[in-house]
Amino acid sequence: MDAVAQNRRLLKKLLPIPLLMFGFGYAMIPFYKAFCEFTGINSLVKADAAPLNTRIDSARQITLELDANLRDQLPWRFKPLQTSLKVHPGQMVRVDYELQNLSGHAITGQAIPSYGPINAAQYFRKLECFCFKRQTIAAGEKRLMPVVFVVDRQLPADMNTVTLSYTFFEVNGSNG
Amino acid sequence: MTAAVHVHGHDDHSHAHPTGLMRWLTATNHKDIGTLYLWFAFSMFLVGGVLALMIRLELFRPGLQFFRPELFNQFTTLHGLIMVFGAIMPAFTGLANWMLPLMIGAPDMAFARMNNWSFWLLPPAALLLLISFAVPGGAAAAGWTMYAPLSTQMGMGMDLTIFAIHILGMSSIMGSINIVTTVLNMRAPGMTLMKMPMFAWTSLITAYLLIAVAPVLAGAVTMVLTDRHFGTSFFKAAGGGDPVMFQHIFWFFGHPEVYIMALPAFGVVSQIIPTFARKPLFGYHSMVYATSSIALLSFIVWGHHMFATGMPAAAQLFFMYATMLIAVPTGVKVFNWIATMWQGEMTFETPMLFAIGFVCLFTMGGFSGLMLAIVPADIQYQDTYFVVAHFHYVLVAGALFSLFAAAYYWMPKWTGHNYPEARGKLHFWWSMIAFNVTFFPMHFLGLAGMPRRIPDYATQFAGFNEVASLGAFAFGLAQVYFLFFVAIPTIRGKFGKAPDKPWEGVTTLEWEVPSPAPFHTWETPPDEKLVNELAARQHLH
Repeated sequence: MDAVAQNRRLLKKLLPIPLLMFGFGYAMIPFYKAFCEFTGINSLVKADAAPLNTRIDSARQITLELDANLRDQLPWRFKPLQTSLKVHPGQMVRVDYELQNLSGHAITGQAIPSYGPINAAQYFRKLECFCFKRQTIAAGEKRLMPVVFVVDRQLPADMNTVTLSYTFFEVNGSNG
Repeated sequence: MTAAVHVHGHDDHSHAHPTGLMRWLTATNHKDIGTLYLWFAFSMFLVGGVLALMIRLELFRPGLQFFRPELFNQFTTLHGLIMVFGAIMPAFTGLANWMLPLMIGAPDMAFARMNNWSFWLLPPAALLLLISFAVPGGAAAAGWTMYAPLSTQMGMGMDLTIFAIHILGMSSIMGSINIVTTVLNMRAPGMTLMKMPMFAWTSLITAYLLIAVAPVLAGAVTMVLTDRHFGTSFFKAAGGGDPVMFQHIFWFFGHPEVYIMALPAFGVVSQIIPTFARKPLFGYHSMVYATSSIALLSFIVWGHHMFATGMPAAAQLFFMYATMLIAVPTGVKVFNWIATMWQGEMTFETPMLFAIGFVCLFTMGGFSGLMLAIVPADIQYQDTYFVVAHFHYVLVAGALFSLFAAAYYWMPKWTGHNYPEARGKLHFWWSMIAFNVTFFPMHFLGLAGMPRRIPDYATQFAGFNEVASLGAFAFGLAQVYFLFFVAIPTIRGKFGKAPDKPWEGVTTLEWEVPSPAPFHTWETPPDEKLVNELAARQHLH
């Protein structure tokens, strides 16, 4: 029965591999977080440093479209005060969003920005944004929330219209 | 050889084994379990095929004719899941179960009871997938890739799918551990690793891949499950998670998975082409190294499924070059198969036809894969029918054709009966033509911009969709023909008894046992001289 023992030995060597790899799947989460932090990619809800060159490119004008969405059937009203505006690259811009809780209880939410085209993200230097932290909003409360940003002068010449979109997600459970 | 056959004289009566249903429920014999796997895979293939035909029925004309879009999405999702996890993967595990012990001169698989367990996990998993159509909200409809945030929001059909994936994953891991242990520990004396038949090599490497990546998929779907029900935020943006993260984890499993379905096919073809070319396999060593390097490279190319997610250019370049690198070992294999056929004394029996069909069409699928590897092109092709055409060329004309080749090649050994050659050829040409009629137009549809996974489409796509749908129904019919006019009559012995060596050019151990292969084989391992002699004829050293 030497052969059986030999097979068992190999089984014992092989079994840890699936267990390790199951853990590896989970280990990818902190690894990617650290990787993104280190390389500075995917930092959508953190303040950016102001661009060094703040000269305004007044010769160029781009159209900025603002968009607002709610997820998970949030009983909120969420909209930008203006849906479209013209800005110069390099210019400091402030836009405001209005948020109102239509329900009878306080709700916490987190806004996640997205950009169209997607590559425009890296040219937006956000100095202030309601998306930098969770918003807890009392029953019936109405709130005006600003976003302050500079569009980098490096914005590619073919990007003439950029959409800045926010989606509010409800934060519940232990995270709320 | 005579000694080898002799030892089986005592087979059936010396070991009493249960008959009827209990024979199958309590099966520990590798041949019985192989048979179960193969029939299960074929039934799932028919179920997945019916789902595919529902898709093609709806797409026959633009507009919504038969199904609500929600149901259509469930069809595409379950078609993918069932074909990948229910048909192709179990079929190759079944093939490995049946053939590996015979080919390496082992009496059975290493862990016979675990083998039984790994098969009998499959039917409940399949059942979970199928009953999910009947739960509120229907089956999973997020595509077979189950991308978050779709999968974190769906109804309970997704939960059933997640449990099914867990069970299928466990089954695959156990099956793979069995294959690795059998191949590494139980080879006949004198059969060094480099004297193994190619199918044993590709099964071994595939099993390693599965042990490594099936748990990663299990982890990914577990994260989806806890996001759905237990308040975690792995993929939920609101809680600090990221839905794109799911894609990274999924494709870390998903790309090796592609080779899990392709490598055993390479192994099958590497057995069949030398047999019918009556020449040793050209470049055996390079085949082994190519298989290993494809397996290793498969771990570092997952990003090419995600070019459109907004990756940094450096990452896109890395994944693009790494992906293109895979074309090198794959090219080595294709050239080796062609060189094996070169100046061989070829005959074109059905297994050889399917094997040559495999080489031609798989290569085309490989080339469209190269096109998809190029970042700027991929951003154009992403999520279009071009991708659908590409992976059906490698999975249907690749994996499935090799399985049919294997079925025809080994059917005489499995059943002890000849299969009908003319019908086999008809099945091949019917499948070959219908396959191309179905999937070739999808290249054009994709290049013209038709998105995948949609129940309705712009009218300019109508012509090619009509052709593809007609082809799909013809292809489906060909497989029904195979079942009723080839497989079943062969099992019933309608075409005469098969000789022990039905093929002239065979050089592997499974042909040294009688046809049909007795219940117990190689209880005394084959003679070392025989092993060496066959290895020398299999490949030039």
